[in-house]
Amino acid sequence: MKELVFPFNGNDIMRRRKKLRKQLVSDGNIRIKKKIAVLGGSTTDHIISALELFLLNNGIEPEFYQSEFNKFYEDAVFGSEKLDSFRPDVIFIHTTSRNLKYIPDRPDISEDELKKRLDAELSYFRNIWSALEKKHSCPIIQNNFELPLFRQTGNYDGWGLSGHSSYISRMNLLFAYEAVRNNNLFINDINYLSAAAGLVTWHDPEAWYMYKYAMSTAVIPDLAYSVASIIKALFGRNKKVIALDLDNTLWGGVISEDGVGDIELGTETAVGMSFSEFQKFLKGYKDHGVLLTVCSKNDKENALAGLNHPDSILSPEDFVLIKANWENKDKNISDTANELGLLTDSFVFIDDNPAECAIVEEQLPETTVLHLSSTAQTMYELSRSGYFEVISVSGEDIRRSEMYSANAKRTAQQKSFTDYADYLRSLDMKAIIGDFQPILLSRIAQLTNKSNQFNLTTKRYSEAEIKALSCSPGYIRLCGRLIDKFGDNGIVSVVIGRIEQDVLHIDLWLMSCRVLKRDMEFAMLDELVRICCEKGIRKIMGYYYRTPKNNMVAELYGRFGFARISVSENGDSVWVLDTKDYEDQNNVIKVNPD
Amino acid sequence: MNRSDAEKRLTAVFCDVFDDDSIKISDSTSAADIEDWDSLEHINLISAVENEFGMRFKMKEVSGMKNVGEMLDIICERGK
Repeated sequence: MKELVFPFNGNDIMRRRKKLRKQLVSDGNIRIKKKIAVLGGSTTDHIISALELFLLNNGIEPEFYQSEFNKFYEDAVFGSEKLDSFRPDVIFIHTTSRNLKYIPDRPDISEDELKKRLDAELSYFRNIWSALEKKHSCPIIQNNFELPLFRQTGNYDGWGLSGHSSYISRMNLLFAYEAVRNNNLFINDINYLSAAAGLVTWHDPEAWYMYKYAMSTAVIPDLAYSVASIIKALFGRNKKVIALDLDNTLWGGVISEDGVGDIELGTETAVGMSFSEFQKFLKGYKDHGVLLTVCSKNDKENALAGLNHPDSILSPEDFVLIKANWENKDKNISDTANELGLLTDSFVFIDDNPAECAIVEEQLPETTVLHLSSTAQTMYELSRSGYFEVISVSGEDIRRSEMYSANAKRTAQQKSFTDYADYLRSLDMKAIIGDFQPILLSRIAQLTNKSNQFNLTTKRYSEAEIKALSCSPGYIRLCGRLIDKFGDNGIVSVVIGRIEQDVLHIDLWLMSCRVLKRDMEFAMLDELVRICCEKGIRKIMGYYYRTPKNNMVAELYGRFGFARISVSENGDSVWVLDTKDYEDQNNVIKVNPD
Repeated sequence: MNRSDAEKRLTAVFCDVFDDDSIKISDSTSAADIEDWDSLEHINLISAVENEFGMRFKMKEVSGMKNVGEMLDIICERGK
């Protein structure tokens, strides 16, 4: 819904929120259901309404638990029956500078006392987090603190030992350290949000006196959007690709008319600087695992000449695919998606030409389109949009672009073979398939939240849940890593089976789409059956739960040799395999060779 | 500000906030007449009216206005 995409009109959203909600819930889209507990140190009602809108718009149907006014500490540390039975999937702790208990209250504070106060403040919050983690083992989203609008002592407030701004800045750093060490803790940066809005706009003391809102009602949508961005990233709803136009998007000018020597890039001109900074910004996305592609109406050689310009920060190798041709851009985006094994709804397309933007918007409504009117505006929109909200940085993320490029090389090699099995054998594939290792838990949790297409049950797990499950004897867990002569694909497949006497129920079977058609799924199955036989398990039950995205695996268990037991009206199906007469099906991948 | 213009714009705010296009307001309309007008919606209504008319209510007014007529009086005096 356009109204709910950044940059949005927050006042308008709040004014028409009932109508917007009605439209969203009746639009027929299928959404994943998530339970969200909001523990507030101030009023949270309108925050929850705005959060609901943004989540609905991102494919998540939330159910909320709301703590009583300012009972966040009690709910967390002492627990409440209602919260315990609610079993949240994620907890949002909405505290603000209004909730600081030990903030200096007199001028003669020694360094030692300041340290004690900061320690006490931090322990107060640590108690909350650890109590919640013990009970609920789900991600916790925690606001940091906004700077005050009023400064009795002027600039001194920002550096003096008794200064409030200074105290808050120190607390924010302490929270950051905590979040770095605690994989379940995510900071909602209201310090940034309030600064970007301006403290004069953010603060509204009268809203506190009258309603106990710790901020102006006008900025509630800003806050809610930011929380929604973290939640949707946690549940695998981030975008994955930025498809970029070239002329007047990555450099100034039209290369086919101006020639490569006269496009504007680099530090010589203001326009050149703006595009250089934009390229640098985009390269940062690539470094965090976002895939970059080119989608430009140009001859390929001109496109490459531009990207090889001495001042170009992005080089052809930074793009997993370059579509520089005279096809329509929507077709190029669809083709790119197909070739990468991704869906067009995970694309953000950036172009300076409003007509091209309109065509893509029209033909691919699920693709996000950013019209670039200035690079600065686009960088700001990308910064605030949450499309690529980072919740952790894994080695996989950093190497993702490399892995997709290796895939392009594999595709090229495939063309030289007429027999597909010969091609697969030529890849020299090795798989390491085994139980979950501690070092892999975060990648495994990430995969369960990101994989949509090759995913039989689309069950999402938090890292804490994966950790708990990884030491339980009631499960068989497998994760598989695939390596071939073009590179290491990393962990690409996860299977979780729940043991009930001599039956294994497959709760989760997923595989990354970048290793489709490599027979990795058969290697996983062979290994699973082998372990089942060792444990005396005679039957494996497979479940397929249909979603709008996982049609490609509707018949997977059939291909595996399972027998279908039932199909329900909505397309879900249940399958069974007898382990006794099973014969290995993979003969192209060497499994656990060393 | 012309009172009848203000009333038209205020009606549109009411229709949006309560998501009911059939709402007709008059000077005597109060929270008792509109089912969803509770203390939470009141906050939303006040913000929406303030934005529509580019003005702010005083704290005393927020809790003290008895009906739409009193709200319109303030809007006509200070609204844009």
